Amino acid sequence: MSRCTRMVDVGRRQFLRGGAIAAAGAATATMVPAEQARAAGMALVEYPANRIANIADLAPNEPFDVTYPDADAPGVLLKLGKPVEGGAGPDGDIVGFSTICPHKGFPLSYHAEGRTMNCPGHYSVFDCEAGGQQTWGHATQNLPQYMLRVDDKGDIYAEGVDELLYGRHSNVL
Amino acid sequence: MAYKRHIDRLPIIPADARKHNVTCHYCIVGCGYNAYTWPVNKQGGTEASQNIFGVDLSEQQFADTEAWYAPSMYNVVKQDGKDVHLVIMPDQECSVNSGLGSVRGARMGENRRSDKTGTQQQRLSDPMVWRYGTWQPTSWDDALDLVARVTARVIDKDNEDDLFVSMFDHGGSAGGYENTWGTGKLYFQSMKVKNCRIHNRPAYNSEVHSTRDMGVGELNYAYEDYGLTDAIFLIGANPLETQSNLFLNHMVPGIRNGAKVVIVDPRRTVTVNACEIEAGKENVLQLAIESGTDLALFNTLFTYIADQGWVDSDFIAKSTFQGQVAQGQDEAHPAALGSFEMARQECRMSLAEGAEICGVAEADIIKAAEWIAKPKDDGSRRKCVSAYEKGIIWGNDNYRTVGALVNIALATGNIGREGGGVCRLGGHQEGYMRPSDAHVGRPAPYIDQLLIAGQGKVHHIWANDHYKTTLNASEFKRVYNKRTNMVKEAMDARAGATRGELVDAIVGAIEAGGIFSVNVDIIHSQIGQSAHVILPAVESGEMNLTSMNGERRMRLVEKYMDGPGSAKPDCLIAAGLAQSLERVLREEGRSDYADQFKGYDWETEEDAFMDGYHANTGEIVTYDRLRAMGNNGVQEPVVGFEDGKLVGTKRLYADGQFDRHGREDKKALFCAGAWRGLQAPGKSAQRDSYAFLINNGRSNLNWQNWFLDKDNDFVSDRYPFPFIEINPEDMAELDLEQGDLVEVYNDVGATQAMVYPTSTARRKEAFMLFGAPSGTQGNVINAGVNELILPNYKQTWANIRKISDAPASVRHLSFKSKEYTSA
Repeated sequence: MSRCTRMVDVGRRQFLRGGAIAAAGAATATMVPAEQARAAGMALVEYPANRIANIADLAPNEPFDVTYPDADAPGVLLKLGKPVEGGAGPDGDIVGFSTICPHKGFPLSYHAEGRTMNCPGHYSVFDCEAGGQQTWGHATQNLPQYMLRVDDKGDIYAEGVDELLYGRHSNVL
Repeated sequence: MAYKRHIDRLPIIPADARKHNVTCHYCIVGCGYNAYTWPVNKQGGTEASQNIFGVDLSEQQFADTEAWYAPSMYNVVKQDGKDVHLVIMPDQECSVNSGLGSVRGARMGENRRSDKTGTQQQRLSDPMVWRYGTWQPTSWDDALDLVARVTARVIDKDNEDDLFVSMFDHGGSAGGYENTWGTGKLYFQSMKVKNCRIHNRPAYNSEVHSTRDMGVGELNYAYEDYGLTDAIFLIGANPLETQSNLFLNHMVPGIRNGAKVVIVDPRRTVTVNACEIEAGKENVLQLAIESGTDLALFNTLFTYIADQGWVDSDFIAKSTFQGQVAQGQDEAHPAALGSFEMARQECRMSLAEGAEICGVAEADIIKAAEWIAKPKDDGSRRKCVSAYEKGIIWGNDNYRTVGALVNIALATGNIGREGGGVCRLGGHQEGYMRPSDAHVGRPAPYIDQLLIAGQGKVHHIWANDHYKTTLNASEFKRVYNKRTNMVKEAMDARAGATRGELVDAIVGAIEAGGIFSVNVDIIHSQIGQSAHVILPAVESGEMNLTSMNGERRMRLVEKYMDGPGSAKPDCLIAAGLAQSLERVLREEGRSDYADQFKGYDWETEEDAFMDGYHANTGEIVTYDRLRAMGNNGVQEPVVGFEDGKLVGTKRLYADGQFDRHGREDKKALFCAGAWRGLQAPGKSAQRDSYAFLINNGRSNLNWQNWFLDKDNDFVSDRYPFPFIEINPEDMAELDLEQGDLVEVYNDVGATQAMVYPTSTARRKEAFMLFGAPSGTQGNVINAGVNELILPNYKQTWANIRKISDAPASVRHLSFKSKEYTSA
């Protein structure tokens, strides 16, 4: 039986319970959000502007684990090495995504060769070079992507998410 | 950028929301959902006591949680005239899907019509009549009166052959037992309409005549059999995409339990990939045969298995016909039927011959035979589920091919037993209850070709869109547009005339070769552009509706919202039409004929259900009893009611008695159908004249002919055009880039598609998505059918040329491999 089966089983039993965060790739550094998100009493969700990395932290095509908008919401930053729509930074090639599958909440893995986020639960594939579009799969939304800003120092700030995150009725809890 | 909703918060379902049973109205699997509704001025809260889940929603919910719903599951709709919030989410308690939602069903919420959120504004809300050079909304009385008066002019008590009818026969969606009964009673009881067809084929026939003639109904197992079997034998099927949660919730557990998988398909599908991931490549065998050679493969397997003695001799002796021929080959039977030995003789094909015809290795055929039928080391019988779908149903030599597959299941005793079954996987759900169709005859009239030939004067169409989903569609559209335009011009020329004068004008145009087209549908379809009267129907959930799924599991979908405007259930539209015909015929002094249209005094769809299903199936099932059975329902046939519960039937033929053919001896028959090459007219010549096989079928994303999906942003963003998967080397030869628009053309027509590079596609074998509004695949399917008028979509050849560079609407798309790989 393949490794994926075990991952699914692990996912079904343990995923995200007790605050465990899924790792999207080999990189291990995780930034603690500078500001813990709080739901605001207004019609629109108030997103925190969190510094989640510096450009210097990123290596081309290597996933860098982050969380946003809070520590229970795992995600990833990628420096794709070529400009893409929605890409931030001086090269327009930095993107960030949730790493929780919007279908059933399983942890996605980064497939570096294809530059896709792949779900071991039910085989869905999301294209990191196409705004997280579901190349194939069961989710009824494309992969939630971060709105990023990079300042003069190379600090990367997340300032919003463009789809509802799995497991939340409000992106900011 | 990919389409994003920018919804970052959803209303929470309050603890006291109304809960309704819902079966997904899309595919055959029929996943359980619940629809929750609550007043628009209320909402639940994050505290456990404030929401329906009893869960603290201020915390992140985990994988497989039952306490989360996606934006696609939410809408604001009308219920009893008032605005309500609506969430339609998968039901964890339903044994079919255990809480899984597919990319189709999990969009039911946002595919509801809403005046508040603006979704599905394309839904028809009022009857419309061609008037003043366009369609004008009007009342039901006005529209039905015109339909009845024109129809009455072309039908007679003894001859209704000038009335052509295209009518759905499926469950789910806007079908179901209520609506097939309403239309069936009108056309097969009050009338005896012979010139009719079904939503997805050009005649009124079965897709699987041979299995039925052999005594084996095509939905004979239970989904749990996948978890109890030693082997899963999939033919012409791609269940991960087209029966998604059957694959995920039943086949995958079976595979993880050790079942080996044999897949017969010329194309490597995502199903093949997923099976390899779950089982390991060594436990999955894809037989990528030459297109259309399934019959040769099955006959080779049957021969080999029988020669090895891997058959269930007791079963053959007790449950199958003994003798020679029970039913000879004739016009209605494209192969003789009879005993095991007779069929074995007729079907005999050596490994060498089979391997040569199918283009696969002899060793692989042997391996498949071993996985399917070789007794285990302890001598016990190997269990195998065989499941097939459009790859052979819409393929070469339908009758013999399906029969040859059922031969293998019968010979190995794999029907009516745990871990067995030989079944259609299915498209829509089922929900068929009609008076006898015996008067239609067999072979049934080839309706599309008769219409093309100028026959038919009035055409009633119930949720069929021939323009998107028929074969020989290029010619059909050309002729149908011309014939219906003749009537439109006649109506335009008599603007301001009285009803009598208008009917005379229409009849005059009909007699000159025109046709009067009445379109009953939920949207203004492509063939609906030709209509003279348009009648708006409601869908599942906008009415109470019953259907059964691929393991015959019957459920009641409870009405949870109002239909658009004055739209009605099809059964009540049929009743209204019957009553209008009765009135008009009586006015005309044709009272004997008018009397035939009595018996439609239904107030609700439940009345139609009681008149049809209830009265004709032992008077056991009622709405109340079915509602109490919830989303797990009951498996048909329903045989009793005990302790407050309906009692069903887990699998058919458990007693070894086969009755689908109606034979008194209840013995199953084998099919003696020898291989005879590409059987349908024109196929061989097309293969020899054009460069590419244009294989065709479904994706998981697009339901049926995209009737709702074409107005769904998530779907239309992904596939603005139908894709055509082409090998990159073929692309290079044709100077094509990803996303380029190409024309696919051959001797019968042309269509367009968007190039999707696919490294696993075999050279000169393209695969095009079916049913798209922006590129009708049926345009290049020739008119060739089998003896019983079953269409042959899959064996189609054509050339490909570039029309244009990738249009703006496709430049942002992902064109990567659809196959999951572990990182």
